[in-house]
Order: sequence, then structure tokens, then C-alpha cells
Amino acid sequence: MSSPQIEIQLIAAVVAVACAIPGVFLVLRKMALISDAISHSILPGIVLGFFITQDLNSPLLILLAAFSGVITVVLVEWIQKTGLVKEDTAIGLVFPALFSIGVIMIAKNANDVHLDVDAVLLGELAFAPFDRLLLWEMDLGPKSLWIMGIILFTTLILFFTFFKELKVSTFDAGLSSALGISPIIMHYGLMSVSSVTVVGAFDAVGAILVVALMIAPAATAYLLTSDLKKLTLLAVAIGVFSAIGGYWMAHWLDASISGSMTTVLGIVFLLVYLFAPRRGLISVLYRQKQQRTEVSLLTFLLHLNNHSEEENERHINHHNEHINWQKVRSKTVLDLALKNNMVSVENSIVSLTIKGKEFTDLALEYIITNKNENIEHMKDDFFLFRG
Amino acid sequence: MTITEYFELVFTDYTLRTITLGTAVLGAISGMLGSFAVLRKQSLLGDAISHAALPGIAIAFLITGTKDTNILMLGALVSGLIGTFWIRGIITKTHLKTDTALGLILSLFFGFGMLLLTFIQKQPNANQAGLDKYLFGQAATLVEKDVILMVIVTAICLFILLLFWKEFKILLFDEDYTRTLGFNTRFIDILITFFIVLAIVLGLQTVGVVLMSALLLAPAAAARQWTNKLSVMVTLAAIFGAFSGVFGTAISASQNNLSTGPVVVLVAAVFVLFSFIFSPERGILFRELRFRKNRRDLQLQKTLQFMYGIAKTHENISHPHAIKILNNFQGFTKKTLQELEEKDWIELNGQQWAMTNEGFTAAENLYNQQVPNV
Repeated sequence: MSSPQIEIQLIAAVVAVACAIPGVFLVLRKMALISDAISHSILPGIVLGFFITQDLNSPLLILLAAFSGVITVVLVEWIQKTGLVKEDTAIGLVFPALFSIGVIMIAKNANDVHLDVDAVLLGELAFAPFDRLLLWEMDLGPKSLWIMGIILFTTLILFFTFFKELKVSTFDAGLSSALGISPIIMHYGLMSVSSVTVVGAFDAVGAILVVALMIAPAATAYLLTSDLKKLTLLAVAIGVFSAIGGYWMAHWLDASISGSMTTVLGIVFLLVYLFAPRRGLISVLYRQKQQRTEVSLLTFLLHLNNHSEEENERHINHHNEHINWQKVRSKTVLDLALKNNMVSVENSIVSLTIKGKEFTDLALEYIITNKNENIEHMKDDFFLFRG
Repeated sequence: MTITEYFELVFTDYTLRTITLGTAVLGAISGMLGSFAVLRKQSLLGDAISHAALPGIAIAFLITGTKDTNILMLGALVSGLIGTFWIRGIITKTHLKTDTALGLILSLFFGFGMLLLTFIQKQPNANQAGLDKYLFGQAATLVEKDVILMVIVTAICLFILLLFWKEFKILLFDEDYTRTLGFNTRFIDILITFFIVLAIVLGLQTVGVVLMSALLLAPAAAARQWTNKLSVMVTLAAIFGAFSGVFGTAISASQNNLSTGPVVVLVAAVFVLFSFIFSPERGILFRELRFRKNRRDLQLQKTLQFMYGIAKTHENISHPHAIKILNNFQGFTKKTLQELEEKDWIELNGQQWAMTNEGFTAAENLYNQQVPNV
């Protein structure tokens, strides 16, 4: 690995961490799309800053752009407050308008500046190591590494200092104001940090892919854990993994680094979405199927209980048509009941066993009284082989 | 070229005519379908879908190797639909919320699309240039064939819209009720979503993935301000959309270096701003005026109430009092006194005022709900 390669990976990892931390809170606060809005509407700020400073890495440009990000948030909230349109429409109206202004500003003045929309939107990490920070003729490393490092450092300090406040204002705004922690200050603080991070990162990964780096690690981690600390750590880890994995994928395919980073993020998310324990698609579908069978079993047992006197109602072929089930389904349910010793079959007549009767009575009581007691332990008590 | 020249040329010049027609039709169809997106609180779905269409374009190119617009659009349609259904899957099957799901699909698909685009650019194939025009769109690449396709799609869409009008309408306003009536809500839902995706894909070539969502939203958001009736809203949105297209094209054609997409979006944004401010029912301006008027009426009533309090203590209610004694009361000015006199509630006489019988009854009934319009 050559030194620029290491530097690129370092920058990518720093960007990923700096994005993942505010991303966690954006996802938890259901404001994920604000990051999308900010990332588009910083464009006029960047263009304006660029015309003034002629340098994509100048602090003034970053401040101006971050300011236009905060303006976006304020505008969206103002439109929302008028009550003329819903919140999501407000977001959808503001950022394309600001973005268009930025595009037109570039188009009208594009002849003499090294700034085009593609660069802002897509970024190019591969060139980052060539723009170096020189101080007293000493090479201190790539400029963007310094910028993102400072942003990350500030984010980390703010994160550790205000962790408790952020946590309480995220999960319970009412409690937070009662405790004297203003949710509004937290809100705008988070928005400012997000804006600055987006601006700092657009140079490296581009404005749209910043959104991926903010939302995807947090969302993926959120499928795996509900503990805020673990969530943040996991999001950071996923971000760094995708950053470095993405770099090598880009290296292998000879394609855009930021695109590969996002693709790796996408693959990680897809895998977690499918296979996450308890919250993944497969386990959710499995659980739903299981619950469906359990409800069917309960219906079946209740039916048997209702007709404990009439034998013809309990004929093995009868419930197939009577409860209006398909053959396979009835067979599954009967097998399950047999396996759990809930029923016994004699001469094709199904009857409840003592255990089955006990369970049915308990279930009936639960259904009638519908108290908040947990039905799960009941199932654990009676089911040996779950559905 | 100036704007007037543009309007002279628009009927004769092939390119201008095609582009103008194209953007107008596009504006109309996206305004029409955007109304549904806005009312169903799916405004940002459009943003996600338009970004999610990008990898479809790239994959369609990788498979076929042609740049035929229709094939690329087919790819965009498929990938947009996959994105849409994945968003659904995330929202219904996991505890992630709508905004996260939209943001995820938007950015992940777009990133994957970018990967493919850069990958294609490195291929030794001279045919690949120009795929990135789908990022921001280039109305100038529209040809007559594209416009005809747009018109056909719009016609089909209009037909379906009229055919299922009642179903769409009821689904918009009360989904549970629709289901209890026995409509197949899933089918209607998928139908309307499919057409929204279709409209977005149609617009990719003209305004690009980044700005297409605005063209979907803005005309509808503007139209919403002028009416509470769905049919009027859809029609108005179509008209606003078409005009944004035409004006946008006119403005961008009259200047150098001005791409059509952003200008069309900005024109649509101006429509929205205008509607927000000047719509008579909901607009900010008239609402503010109404607030002001109400506030003034309240002030007037406050003054009247105060006078009533004084007059009540006298046997003759029309006994004149000095204006001075109102001084410690903040709600009056010369103008409000005159206004009160105009309503015949008081009589002014030099520095004195006297309550009339009418004013007395009005003040008496001020807080009496039974008597309207005191």
C-alpha cells in the first residue's frame, strides 16, 4: 500500500465516523431526510463561498455553506408552521429550489472557475491526498484530512459533553424541557453539527453520498440493537468498515470510491435487513408465520372445546371444511396439537387431552378478561414444539 | 435570444417546439400525479424514487449496450419500482421509520448507480458518453419521439385516472373505510404508485434525478392552496406544471449557459411562493389581513365593554362622559372612537362621549352566544 492509499482510507474512515455520529440522532429523531435536504441546499452556500475565496477548502466557505444548511432547516420549519403543506412537502419544496439556485449560479459563472455540479454532488476522494496542507514549508498531510479531523474532533467533544442531554431530548422532548434542557437548542445544535459535517464531507464523498454515510450506518445498527451507546458504536464500526471495504472495491473495479463505499453500505444494510436476529425480514416473517399457526391452533382447540359433546363436529376430516382451512394448514395445526399433547385422536375423532383442556381454559380466560398479563409465558408453559 | 423572440420561434423551430412541448407535457403529468403524492403524504417518495432509478439506467445500458431512451427508461422504471417496494418492506416489516427508509433507499441506490456509471465510463466503449445527463437532465436532448411517448403515457394515465377516479379519491381520504367497502386497496395503491414512478421516470431525461421530485411536488403544493376539491386541484396542478415547463424553457432558452431543469424547478417554486402568499382562502397575506381585522374588532369591543362598565353605573345610559376618563384604558384611539360612532354605538360631542341605546344592547350581548353578529 502506498502512502496516498493509506491517506485515502484514513480520510474515508474519518468522514464515515464524523457522519455516523450525527446520523444516529437524525435517524432516532425521525429527521433522516433533513440530511438529504441540507446536503442539496448547501450548494448555493458553497458556490457563494467559492466565488469569494476561490478555494474549496477554505473555512469561510465551509461556514457559509453550513449557514445555508441551517437556513434550509429554518425555512422548512417556517413553511411547516404556516400549516399550508405537510412537513415532508415543505422539505421537498425547499431543497430543490435552493439546489437549482446553486446550479444556475454555477452555470452562469462556470467559465472561469474550477467548480462544477458533478464535483459537488459526487466528490472525488482519489484526488484528496494531492491537496496538501503546507505550513512553514512543512508537509502536514492532506488538507481534507485536517478539515474532517477537526470536524470529527469537535463532534466527538460535543457528543461526549452533551450525550445525556441529546439522549433525553431525543427520546422525550417534554421531559427534557421539564429538566431544563431546551430541546430547541439541542435541535439546532444537532442541525448545525450536521450541516458542518455535510459541508466538510461533500468534498470527499459528494453531497448525496453524505446522506448514505449519515443514515445507512445508523439505520443498519438500529436493526441490531436498541441501546444508544451500542447503537452509536455499531454505526461507527459499520461506517468505517464500509469506508475501507469501499475503497478496496473501488480499487478492484476501477470505479468511484464514494460510489463503492455506498454500495458496500448498501450490501451491509441488505444483509442485516434480511438476517438480523429478531428485527430482520426473515425473522419477522418467520415470527408472523409462527404467530399465525399459533392463532390457528388456538382456534382449533377452542372449536374442540365448544363441541366436546358432539362427536361428529370433532371428526378429523370435518374441521378441514368447518373452520374453512386448507388441507395442509389443517394438517399442520393437527400435527402441532398432537406433538404438544393437546389433543388425542381415537377412531378419527379428535378430543382434547387434560393438558389441552387446561390450556384452552386459560386461553379463553385470557381472551375474555384480556388483562395485560403476558400470554408468552403461557405458551412457553404448554408448547414443547413451537409452530 | 429574448423572450419575445422565443415565443415567435416556438412554433416554427423544431428543437424549441419539441422541448417546449416536452416540458409542458411533463409538467402536466407530474403535476397531476404529484397531487396524489402530496395528499397521501408521500411527497418525498418522489425524491427517493427518482434517485433510485439511476442504477436501473446504468444496468439497462450495461446489458443492452445501447443508449436508446426507451430501454434506459425501462431500466429506470424497474429499479424505481424495486426501490419503492423495498421502502414499503422496510416500513412495514421493521421498526425503521418512513424518513429513514426513504433516505436509505435514496442514497444507497444513488451511490450504487454512481458506482455503475463510473464503472461504465472506464469501459472501452465509445458509446457510453452522455449517460450522466440523467443526473441533471438535458431538455435539449429531447426529440419528437420522446415527446410522443410522453403524450401517450399522459393519455393512458389520464384514462386510468378517470376510470378509477372514485377509487383513488376514496383511498386518499379514508383508507380504512375503502377497505371496509370491499375495494381492493392494495391494487389501487399499487396502481397509483406505479403511475407516480412512471411520471418520475419520464422526467429523468428532461430534468434529471436530482430535481425531478420538485417538479412532482411544487405544482401540486401550489394547486392545493387554491382549492379544497380534488378534481380542481388535479387540474390546477396540471396547468401549473405545464406553465412551469413552458416558462422555464422560455427563460432558459433566452439566456446562455442556463440548463432547463433548474429553471423549470425555480419557476414552479415561484408558483408555490405566489400561491402561499396570495391564495384567498389559505394564503399568508389574506390570513394575516383576517387576523388584523379580528384583532381590531376585538379592540373595539374591548373599548365598548369598558364604556358599558361606566354607563351601567348611571341611571341614564346616554349620560355624557369625558373622553379623558378612558385614558387609562389602552384600547382606544380617535379612530376607534369614530368607528364606534359610525356603528351608532356611541355619540361623540366635543370632548364628551355618550352611549346610545344600541351600543348598550350591543355591549350587553357581547359575550352572549345566542345573539349572532353583535
